[in-house]
Amino acid sequence: MAEAPVTFSPAELERYSRNIILREIGAKGQKRLKAGKVLIVGAGGLGSPAALYLAAAGVGVLGIADGDSVDLSNLQRQVIHATSGVGTPKALSAREAIRALNPEVEVRAFEGRLAASNILEALEGYDFVLDGTDNFAAKFLINDACVIASKPFSHAGIIRWQGQLMTYVPGRGPCYRCVFRQPPPPEAVPTCREAGVIGALAGVIGCLQALEAVKYLTGAGELLTGSLLTYDALKSDFRKVRLPRRPSCPACGEERTILAPEDYGIPACGIAPPGA
Amino acid sequence: MEITVGGLKKEYREGLSVAELIRLEKVETPEYVTVALNDEFVEGGDTETRSLKEGDSVEFLYFMGGGRG
Ligand SMILES: [Zn+2]
Repeated sequence: MAEAPVTFSPAELERYSRNIILREIGAKGQKRLKAGKVLIVGAGGLGSPAALYLAAAGVGVLGIADGDSVDLSNLQRQVIHATSGVGTPKALSAREAIRALNPEVEVRAFEGRLAASNILEALEGYDFVLDGTDNFAAKFLINDACVIASKPFSHAGIIRWQGQLMTYVPGRGPCYRCVFRQPPPPEAVPTCREAGVIGALAGVIGCLQALEAVKYLTGAGELLTGSLLTYDALKSDFRKVRLPRRPSCPACGEERTILAPEDYGIPACGIAPPGA
Repeated sequence: MEITVGGLKKEYREGLSVAELIRLEKVETPEYVTVALNDEFVEGGDTETRSLKEGDSVEFLYFMGGGRG
């Protein structure tokens, strides 16, 4: 990671004092956060808490990509948006909330849909990507693009009372496609719209994704590379499952066949992206 | 024999195949579940022939969408 010449104003030093006092972060880690650029794909249940905490933590640049507008039914869990924002594009609603929370953060709002044709360009310049999308087409697209572009990213999924996440870092463990080879057919797995999802669960998992980004940028602790952290909210049960690599993985394996991102028209938890 | 399934120790008969374990564990939508056995993934076509032995650790990994919408 490039160590940009980063300085802090007295107000920033006060704002970030609880970070800086942490042995694992310190002034050096806080500079890395300020020099850091994180792209959040999806300003929804996962992306909302992740964006708020990364903004609060002082990440220098936050990209927010979301092609949807705020819907009343989103507000049960998408806490970055307000009732007054219903009907406005999520990327803009999120940008406004981040600016109100921490004007030091540069927000790059992208109101379009990420697709095979534009995702590699969208990833350029970012240090870490956070997948907060709600459908398998997007999850596989983000995985493949990040593997191709050698970008670390956090994958997460939630449904009902359960969630899981893993972190891909190039050369350090499996990618999402190592674990799940291809998107399931549309009717194979229930969607959040059909099955429901409890809002605070999205908060838990989205915050864990934000922690992965903070740990990646600062070098603190251990990432969820080579492991899947699962959480069952009803049982209050966290489990960390070791993940092997799949040598035959079409995205990151020795004889990889996915050399460019692909579009899939498969919805998972929510609505299929139009045109996908 | 004792094996570990999803982190829990369980008693099953010797030589049980991965496919039989999937049925006995009543795994939902098994065709879309990824099976990790110790330090490798079991390919979908290999579950009938792959038999389990004492001390094996099996994890079922499920698709989970969700997040944005
Ligand atoms: Zn892979």
